[in-house]
Amino acid sequence: MKFFLRKFFWFLFALLVAVTINFGLPRMMPGDPASILVDRLSGLDDHSMDAIRAAFGVDTDKSIFRQYLDYLANLARGDLGVSISNYPLRVWDVLSKAMPWTIGLMGIASLLSFIMGTTIGIMVGWKRDTKLSSTVLGLFLFIRSFPYFWFGLILVYFFAFRNPLLPLGGAHDVGVFTKDGWGFVKSVLYHGLLPGLTITISSMGYWMLTIRNNMINVLAEDYITVAKAKGLSPYQIKFQYAARNAILPSVSGFAMALGFIIGGSLLTEMVFSYPGIGFMLYQAVQEQDYPLIQAIFLFIALSVMVANFLSDMVIMILDPRVRDGKQQ
Amino acid sequence: MIKNTLILFIENKKALLGAVILLLFILLGLFARVIAPYGPKQDSDINGKFPLMSQPCRQHLLGTTHAGHDIFSRLIYGTRVTLSVGLIAGIISTFIALTLGMISGYMKGYVDDIISFITNVFLVIPSLPLVIVIASYITIKGIFPIILILSLTDWAWGARVVRAQVLSMGEREFVKAAEVLGERSIVIVFREIFPNIISLVMATFFTSTIAAIIGEATLEFIGLGNVSTVTWGTMLFWAQNNAALLFGAWWWFLPPGLFIGLLGTSFALMNFAIDEISNPKIRKR
Repeated sequence: MKFFLRKFFWFLFALLVAVTINFGLPRMMPGDPASILVDRLSGLDDHSMDAIRAAFGVDTDKSIFRQYLDYLANLARGDLGVSISNYPLRVWDVLSKAMPWTIGLMGIASLLSFIMGTTIGIMVGWKRDTKLSSTVLGLFLFIRSFPYFWFGLILVYFFAFRNPLLPLGGAHDVGVFTKDGWGFVKSVLYHGLLPGLTITISSMGYWMLTIRNNMINVLAEDYITVAKAKGLSPYQIKFQYAARNAILPSVSGFAMALGFIIGGSLLTEMVFSYPGIGFMLYQAVQEQDYPLIQAIFLFIALSVMVANFLSDMVIMILDPRVRDGKQQ
Repeated sequence: MIKNTLILFIENKKALLGAVILLLFILLGLFARVIAPYGPKQDSDINGKFPLMSQPCRQHLLGTTHAGHDIFSRLIYGTRVTLSVGLIAGIISTFIALTLGMISGYMKGYVDDIISFITNVFLVIPSLPLVIVIASYITIKGIFPIILILSLTDWAWGARVVRAQVLSMGEREFVKAAEVLGERSIVIVFREIFPNIISLVMATFFTSTIAAIIGEATLEFIGLGNVSTVTWGTMLFWAQNNAALLFGAWWWFLPPGLFIGLLGTSFALMNFAIDEISNPKIRKR
């Protein structure tokens, strides 16, 4: 319980820091980008202008502390302001339309990459001296070094442009809607294949390497030698003794890696014009839609922190040492 | 200790391969003027203007861009900025990580609490989105803001690992001995502890350099860098903005990414080798 509370307060605090960064950035930046922005926009109606001025702290007579409190209050009500590039739509409405796409695409792709990468890593760590293992290892070291978006470009080039097997981008065919049922699902899967593959393959190397090294460390432990001496089958040793212990650091690293994977996935969406958070961020950057950029940052930070919290909880369940409060 | 590590490093096949690739890139950057057939922004020679969006041919090994610049030459000149940004950002963030990690690991107490706290906050804030937000606010586009942003957002993991290592080093006999002898803390940290974590420092440097190179390419690809500098990232930006893909111009977007990947692989190989060297269990039996 103590562990849970500590992690929970930590989560709340980290969130507050992210919110504060978000509040502080436009006010701290050199060259006063917020004023430039407000000037550029000064055609909108009064109400929106007031909201934008308040959001960026431009020419208000309120103290910075007062502004901060207002900002927090607005956030608590889910009021993220007005999107400039989608005027007069509110940021929240724009954001909530993009969210399901990103969560779906990334959720499935990261899960797949975790399962596949970890499985391959267990194999490679178990028989690490074979030629095949070294080849697989080398291959992943190589793949891992590319930016996701470039890998996406290459896949598009070969599988959508040269051989038009799959669509160039988008999330579903034009003119297909949710009410089309199965047809819609098929179209979504068909469009999600390439971006999903990009994220899966690019992030697989991380899981593979992590568990491979853990496997090798664990395999040198005495209890493995004992298990061998007892005459247990290689299968039992491999999965029930070695892999089971080697997987813990992978789980605790999941959230940390998630920040990295999200970064890569954002860019993947940009390459595929996939209508999720990443592509929206790209458009927001092009149009200097600061309220939207900031809301997206906040959303991503929140997701990573929630994931962090959840993985701490999983560790608490899996690892008795943590559960009993002996180790952090 | 440092010498031994270096010898092991050179004897390791992966490390050697990685070092050779890195060296080739450094040479490519240094002698760009000699190797590249044209200047990075040259669009004509004595035979007149270069063709626009040309395919690879004898005059232009990798074709030309929409502005008639020779892609092969840009690729070679691009090595300079890309590599320097990566290395400088890598050095700065390693320096921050090392300083904070060593101070907090050795001093313990409330100094450690404060530094660890800040480190943990930076660890859970996703760095690429943060970098994009900061970069989008910066009105001065250029290399230096990019280096600064990348190095200031990428030190947390290193600081955490260094701290953990220094913390365990602090309990060893040789450190205790130095303390009993009355050495000053700063001397102990630098003379006794530092040589023992040198492999960790190198690993941190390699990791953050890879991150910086990919981060730079990413920022430039979405147009948040200075698009008039010639780097592998801006090459990809121009290729994407001129729909190189839809023209089938693989010679435009394939090579810069391949070079980024190769450079990344070289650091990854060296990083991997360091792991093998410092952890005898992973080493080949």
